[in-house]
Amino acid sequence: MTGSLARALRTAWRVPAGRAGALLLAAMAIAAVAGPALVQDPLAIPDLLAGATPPGADHPFGTDENNRDVLARVVHGARISMSVAGLSVLLSLGLGALVGTVSGYRGGWVDAGLMRLVDAALAVPRLFLLLILTVAWDPLPLGALILVLGGTGWFGTSRIVRGEVLRLRHEPFVVASTALGAGPLRVIFRHLVPNVAGPLLVTATLAVGHVILLEAGLSFLGVGVAPPTPSWGGMIQEGRYLAIAAPWITVFPGLAIVATVLAVNLIGEALRAAFDPRSA
Amino acid sequence: MTGWLLRRGLQAVATFAAVTILLFVVMRLTPGDPLAELTAEKPVTAAQTAALRQRYGIDQPIGRQLTAFLAGAWRGDLGPSIKYGRPVVHLIAERLPASFLLGGAALLLNFTLGTWLGVVQAVRRGSWIDRTLTVLALAAYAMPSFWLGIMLANQVGIEWRLLPPAAMRDPYLAGAGPLVQALDVLRHLVLPAVTLSVVSIAVTMRYQRTALLEVFRLDYVRTARAKGLSERRVIWRHAWRTAVFPILTLLGLWIPILVTGSVFVEAVFSWPGLGALATEAIGGRDYPLILGTTMLVSALVILGNLAADLGYYLLDPRVRRP
Repeated sequence: MTGSLARALRTAWRVPAGRAGALLLAAMAIAAVAGPALVQDPLAIPDLLAGATPPGADHPFGTDENNRDVLARVVHGARISMSVAGLSVLLSLGLGALVGTVSGYRGGWVDAGLMRLVDAALAVPRLFLLLILTVAWDPLPLGALILVLGGTGWFGTSRIVRGEVLRLRHEPFVVASTALGAGPLRVIFRHLVPNVAGPLLVTATLAVGHVILLEAGLSFLGVGVAPPTPSWGGMIQEGRYLAIAAPWITVFPGLAIVATVLAVNLIGEALRAAFDPRSA
Repeated sequence: MTGWLLRRGLQAVATFAAVTILLFVVMRLTPGDPLAELTAEKPVTAAQTAALRQRYGIDQPIGRQLTAFLAGAWRGDLGPSIKYGRPVVHLIAERLPASFLLGGAALLLNFTLGTWLGVVQAVRRGSWIDRTLTVLALAAYAMPSFWLGIMLANQVGIEWRLLPPAAMRDPYLAGAGPLVQALDVLRHLVLPAVTLSVVSIAVTMRYQRTALLEVFRLDYVRTARAKGLSERRVIWRHAWRTAVFPILTLLGLWIPILVTGSVFVEAVFSWPGLGALATEAIGGRDYPLILGTTMLVSALVILGNLAADLGYYLLDPRVRRP
């Protein structure tokens, strides 16, 4: 498994798009990890009466309507957005793998019931499902945001995993393993999981980009990351009515979203091409 | 055909019923008091709160709430909105025309421009045009629609004064003739429709490019070229006719993207549609309204999938085999 995974990663790195995505994401990740130590506290207000000041030597990205440093807030927002997206995708990946494996391996009414539930859940656009979950939950703790984002992202994954498990279940190597006395857990972890790792990695990578956009959208609508915690979507919402007088407040967080999501999607596409050369 | 349609239709109805139950249960099980926003900072007595709780049915156990809600929904009554006090069904019905206009315009742009750009990419595969369009599509796909909308409204609408940056009608033209009013709505439609289609067009381009590249490999296209037809005729009259079918089945994929996008686009451009209604409902923590909107949106998704399957069934004889 590690062999094929490493090979896929190497192939993805060889594609220019994959390399560009990886470098761009690395830059954003470094900003998120090291940035907060280098720039100001995002809640610090240098001069309350100064209002929003344009980008300059003191504030490379300018300051917002409360005269807080926009660069500092973008960098802190990167930390929030990337960790929320990363953790919730891990959660939905785990849930999807669990439900998909159980459904595919057990079959019967368990499978039928779970898949009908997935069918119903997939008919609701995810944003609306999230709105239903968060509309009365005020204020929404950050942990709960990760929980609802992760809890609404596993339906598609579970279907992929189930399909792969159904496909592999009767393959000679799985049957042979069962004949040799391997229990279901050993079959699942030793034989099924390594084989679905490829498609899962692609799905998860693309899901990170999607969740960053969703989290930004929820924060823009006021039901995501609660202020004053900086988030890219929340910054765009707050700077929206000053977008003519002080465009830098909205432009920079938006660019941060585009850069991060683009980077993640480039990597995802390169990985997809590496695992499935026909789709390129 | 009738059998297939009946089976598929029943399946769609069953899915919708499951969605309704799922949404109601999930909504009532999450923490938070739905009446908190309504009663916040107001001198409400305990008796008034109790009356409100009774009006919205939240004094009942959840099982009883669900059966009451389902019975109401069966009669076409989704209860009163918390924020507006009026029936949810009426509020939604009022917003439908504006939403369908915006969604239809975005779908039209998406289909015409998206397929055309996809064809251009496939024809010039590997050229700088293909690569530039791929990068642009990926960037568009990575762009939050609300951010793009704010940028466009400010630049095109306010800085350049080319198009109205918000709303659907000019209030000064209320007494004008129908043609003037229609043109006015059209002028207001441009920016929101463009914003809404930009974020979804990448998907169309990609599918069209892949589909056409596959058709280009087929023998009949080679035959068409060999017998000396012009390239334009080979592409559009022969190859594209086959390659457009997969795009039609994308309908099931577009609808969720469009309704999700419309929430943000309508919020930015103050377009009086369903998306804006959803935003207002969130602001008022108005859960019956959110529930009603989500049910309608899910019904649209289910219908879109049904239509896509039906299209596939009619166009591709292979599906018809049992």
